[in-house]
Amino acid sequence: MNKGSLIHISRRKEISWWRAWLVRLAAIALALILCGIITFFATGLNPISFYAAMIDGSFGTSRRIWMLLQNMAILLCISVALAPAFRMRFWNLGGDGQALMGALGAAASMILLGDKVPNWLLILIMTVAAVLFGAVWAFIPAFFKAKWNTNETLFTLMMNYVAVQLVAFFVIIWEVPKGAGKIGIINQNTNAGWFPQVGGSKYLLNVIIAVLITVIMYVYMKYTKHGYEVAVVGESEPTARYAGINVKNVVVRTMVLSGALCGVAGLLLVGGTDHTLTTTLIDGRGFTGVMVAWLAKFNPIYMALTGFLIVFLQRGSAEITTMFTLNQSYGDIITGIILFFVIGCEFFLNYQIHFRKSHKEVA
Amino acid sequence: MNNQIPILELKHVTKRFGNITANEDVSLSVYQGEILALLGENGSGKTTLMNAIAGIYYPDEGEILVKGKEVAIRSPKDAYHLGIGMIHQHFKLIDVLSAAENIVLGLKDNGRYNLKAAYAGIREICDKYGFDIDPAQKIYDMSVSQKQTVEIVKQLYRGADLLILDEPTAVLTPQETDRLFQVLRNMKADGKSIIIITHKLNEVLAISDRVAILRKGRYICDIKTSESDAQQLTDAMVGHSVKLNIDRPQPKNPKDKIRIEGLNVRNKEGVQKLKDISFTARSGEILGIAGISGNGQKELLEAIAGLQEIESGSIVFINEDGTEDNLVGMDPRKITAKGVTLSFVPEDRLGMGLVANMDLADNMMLRSFRTGRSLFTDRKDPYELAEQVVDELEVQTPSISTSVRKLSGGNIQKVLVGREISNVPSVLLTAYAVRGLDINSSYIIYDLMNRQKKKGVAVIYVGEDLDVLLELCDRILILCDGQVSGILDGRTADKQEVGLMMTSLGGGKADE
Repeated sequence: MNKGSLIHISRRKEISWWRAWLVRLAAIALALILCGIITFFATGLNPISFYAAMIDGSFGTSRRIWMLLQNMAILLCISVALAPAFRMRFWNLGGDGQALMGALGAAASMILLGDKVPNWLLILIMTVAAVLFGAVWAFIPAFFKAKWNTNETLFTLMMNYVAVQLVAFFVIIWEVPKGAGKIGIINQNTNAGWFPQVGGSKYLLNVIIAVLITVIMYVYMKYTKHGYEVAVVGESEPTARYAGINVKNVVVRTMVLSGALCGVAGLLLVGGTDHTLTTTLIDGRGFTGVMVAWLAKFNPIYMALTGFLIVFLQRGSAEITTMFTLNQSYGDIITGIILFFVIGCEFFLNYQIHFRKSHKEVA
Repeated sequence: MNNQIPILELKHVTKRFGNITANEDVSLSVYQGEILALLGENGSGKTTLMNAIAGIYYPDEGEILVKGKEVAIRSPKDAYHLGIGMIHQHFKLIDVLSAAENIVLGLKDNGRYNLKAAYAGIREICDKYGFDIDPAQKIYDMSVSQKQTVEIVKQLYRGADLLILDEPTAVLTPQETDRLFQVLRNMKADGKSIIIITHKLNEVLAISDRVAILRKGRYICDIKTSESDAQQLTDAMVGHSVKLNIDRPQPKNPKDKIRIEGLNVRNKEGVQKLKDISFTARSGEILGIAGISGNGQKELLEAIAGLQEIESGSIVFINEDGTEDNLVGMDPRKITAKGVTLSFVPEDRLGMGLVANMDLADNMMLRSFRTGRSLFTDRKDPYELAEQVVDELEVQTPSISTSVRKLSGGNIQKVLVGREISNVPSVLLTAYAVRGLDINSSYIIYDLMNRQKKKGVAVIYVGEDLDVLLELCDRILILCDGQVSGILDGRTADKQEVGLMMTSLGGGKADE
């Protein structure tokens, strides 16, 4: 058997918060250094201008900062919406569909009631419709899970495709002009159902709402009785039953909440910024949100950080590809490397590696 | 046989986890043909120490010598090459494979995979030491005792000279324990060395040659079993003198509290687990329930606690004022809402009684978090309750905000029992309340039961140690195959009688 240094891995019992963050920051720094090196050898670019471009893509102009914030707001809203379901070990992969249904509800209200009701009432109706549509889309798989113990992962995933097809159907019905195959900007002339601008920006309101939802969900999950029930059900169903928790009710209730908040994300997109409805409106954020939520260990406050990281990477790498006219896949490579380090560093948070010089005779 | 060179020697072994020291400067030796009992309270580092020998953990400091040579045991594989085999508390077997397949699993040195040869080898070991297993039987078809036998044969098949058994008797009936001990004695006669971890002093005295005592991670002393007694061992283990008899005060003014009539229960697979059960539990009395594990104890308690669907029969709770409530069809929440204070210490502590990843305070409110109209949970009272439980029951924990899964088994049990008792119950159901607990912790639990009894609580105590049941309980109900095999007076019943009733209905009176 081999002699020499002995590597031994053991589980950590506890790690102080500042050391944990130090490890995470070190992981990101290492990832960036590696990206720089790879960029240098692959493309001959100066690593410094590479990093500069990355930051420039997110913070270069005030418009870019707003885009960063807007993207973060939507992603955060969806991630926070998914968090309680995941906390309950209910694998809700239907964030995309639920948000899209919310968008459908909002857009339908805008199109059908555009000039018939006062604007404040329209916005209220849009909100209710978006919340309801998202909630129903989450209720269906939750109900089947509670009643017949169907697999929620597959069910919620499939519901995404149904939602996309539904939206495609309505896009054709409402298309403007006929035969265009798309809806275009809804109520372009009247601006009916458009959210009011706050602080002179059409993005700020969305950001405020996303932050509010995040804080409320943090409190909900950490300090309320509902949040406690969700945590117990997620840990162990027999324990929940033992504690007198009605597991089925909690599953359905939490999923309805999750879907409703996804619906709000759809509402923010339609009412706040995009003012249109397309099948690709959500842009996979229902899945990116899963990653954001996992990275943050389902803590809504941390999700703001992980959400920022993901959006920053997306926008930064997009900037690099356009600026240096690289293949678009290059941006994905960069994002992949950084995420690999960020996720990989969790290992060092949970485990310790001991090196020791062995002069002993090994068996 | 040379008894002078130890087969295994530990020198100054230290193992830390973060800032917790599990073993500190432990030196210990085991000689050939010897049975060494390792004794210590919960959390005293017995299992950690054994895991270090078996290659699960690597000690931070110190040396391990096997047959006089210093070795580094980095993995269970290294341990196996050195002839060390450990039988863990939780068996490491694959359910869908047969005994023989499990035994040869992972072995590479025997050339081609040859199940026939394995059968022969297994039979040889069985005949030699007096085991009784069928190599072709699947693990899922086996009883706990048979699984344990497979684990032991597995280690012997792999040529282990030193066997480590971590609480092997915790899951066995008295008869199975006797059989195990006979096998261990045969192995000892064959020159094998055995380290056995157990909390049961009578077993230590019955089987071991020498006892090594650990306290708070440190090695205290070793004592020749033949020159010792239960009292001396307990005192050495605990560090101060402990009273070793269980009180049994006369029940004061017992009144019927729970009446069960004609209870039938089927599990999810449709197998009848309880058949026509009828009995009454009285206030101020401890009703013991004896039986080989898996004979309906779990279902009975869960049925009373509202966690088990009931096919037919009634479970009637009798209130202070004489009115009666039928609990059938109610879940725990409805039972509480009825005003029936029923506390339940389930068998599966971390899988049912507690939330493993939550801290002590959060676990304290598991059954009471609903009280009050507020949307928010009250964290102050549970925190104080947790402090109180830690204080009164001497729970060893780094802090109130430590996840319960990080505590040792005995401390987990204290947290659970502490919470259930704090509820001021009128009925207390406990399933294997002292399983895996050391002597000191066990006596604390017995004492708690007695205190509840004196307060007028109807205590139902499902136990496995017959000696304890006979000392603690006022009446003993014996379950056999899901039926009531008999109800005996705890003061007059004898162990033989109870043992017989556990294995055949009514103790096989027809044969007499």
